[in-house]
Amino acid sequence: MGWRCLAPVFLGSLARRRLTTLFSLVAIVLGVALGMAVQAVHEAALSEFDRGLRNMAGAADLQVVGPRGGFDEQLYARLAAHPDVAEASPVLEVEVRLVGHDESLQVLGVDAFVLARVTPQLLPRADGGDRYAIFAGDGVFLSHAAVDALGVKAGGLLRVQAGSAEVALKVAGDLPAMGDGRCLGVMDIAAVQTLFGKLGHLTRIDLRLKGGVDAETARRSLQAELPDGVLVETPAAEADQAANLSRAYRVNLTLLAAIALLTGGFLVFSAQALSVVRRRSEFAFLRAIGLSQNALFGWLVCEGAAVGLFGGVLGVVTGHGLAWGALALLGGDLGAGYFAGLAPRLQFQPLASAVYTLLGVVAGVAGAWLPAKEAATVAPAQALKAGDEAALHGGRGHPLFGLALLAGSLAACAIPPLDGLPLGGYLAVACILAGAVLLLPSIAALLARLLPGGGPVAARLAVARLAAAPGHAVVAAAGVLTSVALAAAMAIMVASFRDSVDQWLTQLLPADLYLRAGRAQSGGYLDEALQARIVATAGVGSVAFTRHDGLRLAAGHAPVALLARPVSAAGGGLPLVGQPVAVDGPEVWISEAMQDLYGWRPGQQVELPLAGKPVRLTVAGVWRDYARQTGAVMIDLDAYRRLTGDRLANDAAIHLAPGADALRTANALSALAGPGVLEVTFPGEIRAITLRIFDRTFAVTYLLEAVAVAIGLAGVAASFAALAAARRKEFGMLRHLGLTRRQIGWMLAQEGALAAGVGVLAGLLAGGAIGLVLIEVVNRQSFHWSMDLHVPWLSLLIFGLGLVALAALAAVLAGRQAMRRDAVLAVREDW
Amino acid sequence: MERRRFLLALALGAAGRSATAAVDFAPVLPGRRLVFPADHGAHPDFRTEWWYATGWLNLPDGSPLGFQTTFFRVRTGVGEDSPSAFSPRQLILAHAAIADPRLERLRHGERSARVGFGRAGFELGRTGVWVGDWRFALDGERYRAEVHAEDFAYSLELRPAGPPLLNGQGGFSAKAADPRHASYYYSRPQLAVSGSVTLDGKQLPVRGRAWLDHEWSSELLPDGAKGWDWVGLNLDDGSALMAFRLRDGQGRALWAAATWQLAGGGARVMRPAEVVFTPGREWRSPRTGIRYPVEWRLRVGEREFGLRPLLDDQELDSRRSTGSMYWEGAVRVIEGGREVGRGYLEMTGYGERIRVG
Repeated sequence: MGWRCLAPVFLGSLARRRLTTLFSLVAIVLGVALGMAVQAVHEAALSEFDRGLRNMAGAADLQVVGPRGGFDEQLYARLAAHPDVAEASPVLEVEVRLVGHDESLQVLGVDAFVLARVTPQLLPRADGGDRYAIFAGDGVFLSHAAVDALGVKAGGLLRVQAGSAEVALKVAGDLPAMGDGRCLGVMDIAAVQTLFGKLGHLTRIDLRLKGGVDAETARRSLQAELPDGVLVETPAAEADQAANLSRAYRVNLTLLAAIALLTGGFLVFSAQALSVVRRRSEFAFLRAIGLSQNALFGWLVCEGAAVGLFGGVLGVVTGHGLAWGALALLGGDLGAGYFAGLAPRLQFQPLASAVYTLLGVVAGVAGAWLPAKEAATVAPAQALKAGDEAALHGGRGHPLFGLALLAGSLAACAIPPLDGLPLGGYLAVACILAGAVLLLPSIAALLARLLPGGGPVAARLAVARLAAAPGHAVVAAAGVLTSVALAAAMAIMVASFRDSVDQWLTQLLPADLYLRAGRAQSGGYLDEALQARIVATAGVGSVAFTRHDGLRLAAGHAPVALLARPVSAAGGGLPLVGQPVAVDGPEVWISEAMQDLYGWRPGQQVELPLAGKPVRLTVAGVWRDYARQTGAVMIDLDAYRRLTGDRLANDAAIHLAPGADALRTANALSALAGPGVLEVTFPGEIRAITLRIFDRTFAVTYLLEAVAVAIGLAGVAASFAALAAARRKEFGMLRHLGLTRRQIGWMLAQEGALAAGVGVLAGLLAGGAIGLVLIEVVNRQSFHWSMDLHVPWLSLLIFGLGLVALAALAAVLAGRQAMRRDAVLAVREDW
Repeated sequence: MERRRFLLALALGAAGRSATAAVDFAPVLPGRRLVFPADHGAHPDFRTEWWYATGWLNLPDGSPLGFQTTFFRVRTGVGEDSPSAFSPRQLILAHAAIADPRLERLRHGERSARVGFGRAGFELGRTGVWVGDWRFALDGERYRAEVHAEDFAYSLELRPAGPPLLNGQGGFSAKAADPRHASYYYSRPQLAVSGSVTLDGKQLPVRGRAWLDHEWSSELLPDGAKGWDWVGLNLDDGSALMAFRLRDGQGRALWAAATWQLAGGGARVMRPAEVVFTPGREWRSPRTGIRYPVEWRLRVGEREFGLRPLLDDQELDSRRSTGSMYWEGAVRVIEGGREVGRGYLEMTGYGERIRVG
């Protein structure tokens, strides 16, 4: 029998049961599209980031980096004169707050003379060809992206905050060699040092080595000459750091894609399982006229593969569309803030597209595999005379294997992160899910036994069916279980996260007012005179100043945030994790990420490079920090000032004097400097903004989750409908025995509710377990922060009951269709 | 000599202009006597200054090379009161070239940096100026020039034969009838050169004769001047000749000057009317399309010389440092049909697209 006569029999069957096919297809499309979109967006952002870095690094062989506040400029003289170094390019980078804009601008102070030989991409071009315009102290050269973003033209003025004053920079030209994606400005290094209070400081030195000098050897010999906290890196290291930083977030989104794909696979499975049963006599006939067992199996798998392939291709196309929209609306980090200042461009990725299409096919084939195998093993003679079309085999489950998988998930949780990825956590999630599905028949049987035996006929029939034919329960409930488990897990994780962030904010923001000089950015600060005026402002009770800096602790690691602020004894007021330890001498409080990334423990002596000198401090305790996943350390402000001599501050927490009016005090504080220079906020605002950002970050998650659940549910409904259609003979018999249509409907509703109930119950249990894995393993390993468990009981209850009710409704509607005589005639296989 | 300042005037146009209001550059006044060795050193109060060595070298096989070493010092007028050590108050720009007839074009390199951090600097009271590992300095009785470019390097010793040759009125060199347009300018002709040149990785000993100019000023070019032609010629009889003229847009001379170093010592300063440049054969640059008259007849007083280039293509692209394009090359001096000396010819302002200001 050739392809031409068999293709309509098998693939045509997909077209005949259009709706179930559609749901399977949509789930696969969703999974593939989501995965593809996340991949494409991330790739676009990363490649733009990488291109930006390569642009910035230019021909540099090595880069010398240090604390965010910079390091001594005399290092430049030493490095430039080093025998291995052909050319050294000093760079002073500041984030400059723009007056009247929300965003800030990255400004690089450079020496234009050495750029041509080290980083020609940064070379400025003066408007009107005045080559030396960069030396004019107030001239800034903007990349094309910055010109677009800020809406200023050459010759225009850019008003920025310098220290706590406002200055107008003249837009003197552009950066012709800088790629379109990078938003930045270039000024003369002397001007940046002078304007932004960075005299004597550099943040980076780009080095070009002499010909024949090995970069790694030179790196080691140069490193030996540098003070603590200043590191020599190869330019690639920074790109890796960014990739690592955002990878965890990307993996979480990709997990959602996997959920959708898995749901798609289950839907294919349930659709195929039911369809195969109904077509049993058809297959028997085909076998009888010579179709081999293998051919039949192959054709049935082909049906799944066809759905998968179609879904995969459609998904890849949709994914690119989604990515395009997401980039336009949310930016390269999908709203998570990892790639500030970038405007990535989307590119078609042939390899990733092929992989995702293949994943769609795999989901389809995997879903079709078991039903196909079952159909192929049935003997033709038995099938030809079989009465019960709807009988399902292989529904007993594998309880022991299931239990083994659940036990395995516990072991998987103990696997440490591999290359920064929580692979053990994902393995545990997969084990829990698979184990729960395998245990489902046993749970269904157990539940049926526990249910009361009496009651009306319809209820007894429904329970009896659940107990006797668990195969049905598996098919219908497995889909419910998967989507419920994953939705519940995500809900528990997000709720715990949000609740913890909320509590953390409350603990971290105890003051009445907060004042800052242009965010925590290096371009704005409060000098001592301004600090004194803040303290002396009417209505101000007590003030706690904070100084922000960034430290480089190890080559290849992203910078660690340094916060210097008044810390009371035993870390009072800090969101501590665990108990603080009593410490002699200067103490440091570390965030959880420092524990994970650097292995620091309370009581341990550590060395921090402060002002270029190694300073020994003792870890007094660990605090929770949701703001900086690359690590943060906090030291007491007085100790910091004593150790570094740096008396500047970036922000201030202000407690009002008794009886003072908050609004009036806030206005008085804002008036201390020029308009828009000092930003005074109320803790409530900060909290609202933070939670809004949080919700925006997770908005994508919520949305995708909802779509996945909706499709899963629709698929389950379609399965019930197909099942009901297949049981029309049974309904006829029940009607013949005297049951009313109403009673049969009632019976179907209870059957649906029971099957869905089993799925929901098992799904919630599995979801709770997965949620714990996400919180304790996946998030902890990805982002290095802990959170308190917070289960949204009410939402889960409503969600579960709603699913059960919808399942019952779907079963009833399907049954009605099946019992309508003309409908029976009209719909042969499908409803 | 105003010529190099023209390069810088082109390059520094806006910085120079905006700075004039805020910064007082030292003025060039007639009657100031040049004092040595103090005036061999830098004069950082003036806007621009240069040490400009050019000459002919002979390789061991007798084949000739031309060389050029130029160090500019520029006071930008920017950031004079800036507390930053990176402040671009003073810049050092350097050009170096080797004219190699076998290559049929110049080998050329350039360096520029702001003064500070040991990357670039100059000395007061004695000649000493450097940028990176390029250096030009008066070391006892000898000048030393050290240059390391991408495809060549040289290390030369230049020994003066006599006292400095003061151009113009005792070193006050006028560029126009208006005495405002002037510079302090002296030359060191007939420098005996020895040292080594590295070409294509091969270091070769060389000997030759060279010319050094040291000039400083604060004034821009007179109005109407589009460019200039300049020569510094070492004649075989021990005498030497410096001559230049400024041209307007039509190629007419606006001003001319010349100084004779006499063979037996002493100098003779010529009047503008006694100096006549007449262009001859033209060469068109294949890179820029600019046409340069590479052969000349030069009449100074009663004598007339022909100038023949060592090679036609001695165009120098310095757009990356000073931002200009000019011709600076080795020439033979012909009188009465035979070679009587060798020197350097410089021609600027022949490009169509030169930016002025």
